[in-house]
Amino acid sequence: MAKIKGAVVVDTERCKGCDLCVVACPSDVLALSKELNAKGYNFSYMENPDACIGCAACAYVCPDACITVYKVKLQD
Amino acid sequence: MTTNEIINPANLVHKKTDLLTDVPMHYCPGCSHGVVHKLLAEVIDEMGIQEETIGVAPVGCAVFAYNYIDIDWQQAAHGRAPAVATGIKRLLPERYVFTYQGDGDLAAIGTAETIHACNRGENIMIIFINNGIYGMTGGQMAPTTLEGMKTSTSPYGRNVELNGYPLNITKLLAELEGTCYVTRQSVHNVAGVRRAKKAIQKGFENSELKKGTSVIEIVSTCNSGWKLSPAASNDWMVKNMFPAYPLGDLKNV
Amino acid sequence: MEEVRLMKGNEAIAEAAIRCGCDGYFGYPITPQSEIMETMMLLKPWETTGMVVLQAESEVAAINMVYGAAGCGKKSMTSSSSPGISLKQEGISYIASAELPCVIVNVMRGGPGLGTIQPSQADYYQSVKGGGHGDYKMIVLAPASVQEMADHTVLAFDLAFKYRTPVMLLADGVIGQMMEKVVLPPFQPRMTEEEIREKYPWGTLGKLKGNKKNVITSLALLSEEMEKTNNHLQAKYREIEKNEVLYEEFQCEDADYLIVAFGTCARVCQKTVEMAREEGIKVGLLRPITLFPFPTETIKKYAEQTKGMLSVEMNAGQMIDDVRLAVNGKVPVEHYGRLGGIVPAPDEVLNALKEKIVK
Repeated sequence: MAKIKGAVVVDTERCKGCDLCVVACPSDVLALSKELNAKGYNFSYMENPDACIGCAACAYVCPDACITVYKVKLQD
Repeated sequence: MTTNEIINPANLVHKKTDLLTDVPMHYCPGCSHGVVHKLLAEVIDEMGIQEETIGVAPVGCAVFAYNYIDIDWQQAAHGRAPAVATGIKRLLPERYVFTYQGDGDLAAIGTAETIHACNRGENIMIIFINNGIYGMTGGQMAPTTLEGMKTSTSPYGRNVELNGYPLNITKLLAELEGTCYVTRQSVHNVAGVRRAKKAIQKGFENSELKKGTSVIEIVSTCNSGWKLSPAASNDWMVKNMFPAYPLGDLKNV
Repeated sequence: MEEVRLMKGNEAIAEAAIRCGCDGYFGYPITPQSEIMETMMLLKPWETTGMVVLQAESEVAAINMVYGAAGCGKKSMTSSSSPGISLKQEGISYIASAELPCVIVNVMRGGPGLGTIQPSQADYYQSVKGGGHGDYKMIVLAPASVQEMADHTVLAFDLAFKYRTPVMLLADGVIGQMMEKVVLPPFQPRMTEEEIREKYPWGTLGKLKGNKKNVITSLALLSEEMEKTNNHLQAKYREIEKNEVLYEEFQCEDADYLIVAFGTCARVCQKTVEMAREEGIKVGLLRPITLFPFPTETIKKYAEQTKGMLSVEMNAGQMIDDVRLAVNGKVPVEHYGRLGGIVPAPDEVLNALKEKIVK
C-alpha cells in the first residue's frame, strides 16, 4: 500500500504565529515555537514531522503565505 | 525517507505564488485579508492575467493591498472604489478590474457608488470583506455589525433602536439587474478557502464574458477588533456571523 | 477650412472636448451647465472617436470615475456648477495629490447653499486657493467668451498632462448659456494605448512583464514621505507660476486707473473702460485668463503706473485679495461686485470707479 508522507517549510520570518495552521492541521504536526522571530512572534514549526501527510491544509489557511508544502508517495 | 529528503522541488505541492510580493503584509496575525490577498494573487497567476488586471484598493485595512499583489493598482477615496473601477473599466473594457472593499467602505460611505456600479452592471468584480467592524480606525461599529455586538462606538452592544439593523447589503445587491454573480464565502477552513478561490476565479471569468458585476462577499474575522485570538475568532464567526450572513451563492446567472 | 458655428458656451466645451481627443467624460446634471453632457450624448462620440460619456449617480461618483480614468493615463473630464463642485472637492484633492491630469469645468452659479441658477463668480476662493483638504492648487482658466470655452478646453488638457495636475475651467452661467460664433478646434485622434504607455508610463494600463507595477495613490503614512510629496507639489506650482500666466490687457498703456476683472465681469468692464475714456478718465482693464497662476507681476508693474485699482467681481470680494497682495499697498485697491447671481452693468461699475477710486 502506498503511504503518503509530507513535509512543510515555514518562512519563519514572515510567520506571525497566528496559530491558524496549527488548528487546521489534521495530523497535529504543527506547533508554535518557544523561540521568537525577529518581529517577536512565536513562529510555526513541525513539532511532529513524521505525522505530516502533505495535505497543505496549513498552507491554505495561512494568511501570510509563509508555508511551502512537499509530499512523496512511498511504496511499502 | 527523512524530512530533508522530502523537501525537494520535485515533491512540491504548494508554495507562495510570485504574484504575492515578498513585502510582509501589515495585517494583524490571523487576519482574513491575508488569505483573500493570497487567493487573488493565485487566481490572477493561474489565469495568466497579471498584465491585464487592475486592482482598486479602498480606504480601510486593505488600503495597502497594492503593496502585496504585483499588478497595477489605484487607491481610491473611502467608498469610491466602484466609481474609480468604473472609470478604469469603461476606458479599458478588455481589462480585468476589481475592487477590494471592507464593510464600512462598501456598505456605509460607499453605498451609493456600490449600488450604482452594480446596477449599471459594470463588468468588474467586487471583493467585499465583511468582518462587521472598522478595523483600521480601531474597531468602531460598521453597518454590518451584528445586533448586540460590542465595538468601540457601540460599547454596550449594537442597539437597533439607536443604530438600526445590520445591513445585509449583499442580499440587496443580488436583487439588482446588473449583477450576474453574488456569492458569500469564507476563508476560515480549507473547504472555505477552496470555495472562495473558485468564486474569485468565476468573478474574473464573468468580467471576461461581460456578464455584469460579480460580488464576492467574504465573511471574515477581525480578531484585533473582536478582541479574540485568531482561532477563537473563527469559532465566533461560525457561531454568530454565519447565521446573519449565511454562506453560499445568492445569485448565479 | 476652419469651421465657424454659432453655439452656447456649454456646447462649445462639449464639441472641443470630443475634438481634442478626450477619452472620457463623467458628469451629473446641474443647471446652468447640463448642456455639456446633453451635447455629448447627442453627438454620440463613442461611435466616432470612441470617447466614453457616462452619467454618474452623483458628482462624487463622477469625479472618482475621472480619477480612475485619469489614473490610466486617459484624457478625462467632468463638469458641474458650484454646489456640485463642492461635492467634487474630495476627489479633486486626491487627484492633485496622486498627480493625475484631468479637466474640471465649473460653470458657476450664485451661492452659498443651493443659491440660485444665475451666474456668479463666488467660487474664486474655492478654485484658486485649494477647495478641498490639504496644500494643493490647480491651474484655473477663466474663459470670457464662447470661443475661449472651446480654446480653453483644449489648453486645459494640454496643461493637465504637462504638469500632471487637475485643471479647472472656471466659467459662469453667462458664458455657459450665451451663444456666440466660435471656430472649433481641429480633430485630434485619441491616443492609442501604445502611445499612452510611451508618453505616460505611470498609467495603470496593466503591468507588463519586466515592468514595475504602477500604483496611483495619495497615501503616505510616514510624515517625511508626505512632506516630500508636498514639497514636490509646491515645486510644481512654482514652476506653473513661472511658465503659465496668461492675461489680456485692454487700453492699459496710458491708464491712470486699472480695473481687474475676469470672465463675464471683464466683458462688462470693457464697456466701462470705453465709457470712462469718453469722460476723459484714463482707465485700463486687466483680465486675468489664468486665475492660478495669477498675473501678480503684471499687476505689480501697473501699481507703479496707476493711481488706483478696482477689482470687479460677481462676489463679495475674493480676487481683490490677490490684487492687493500684488499691489502690496502701493496704490488703493477697492472692490465692486454684485451678489447672488446679478451681473453688474457697465455704468454701475463706472459709478463705483468714480466713487471709490478716481474721487
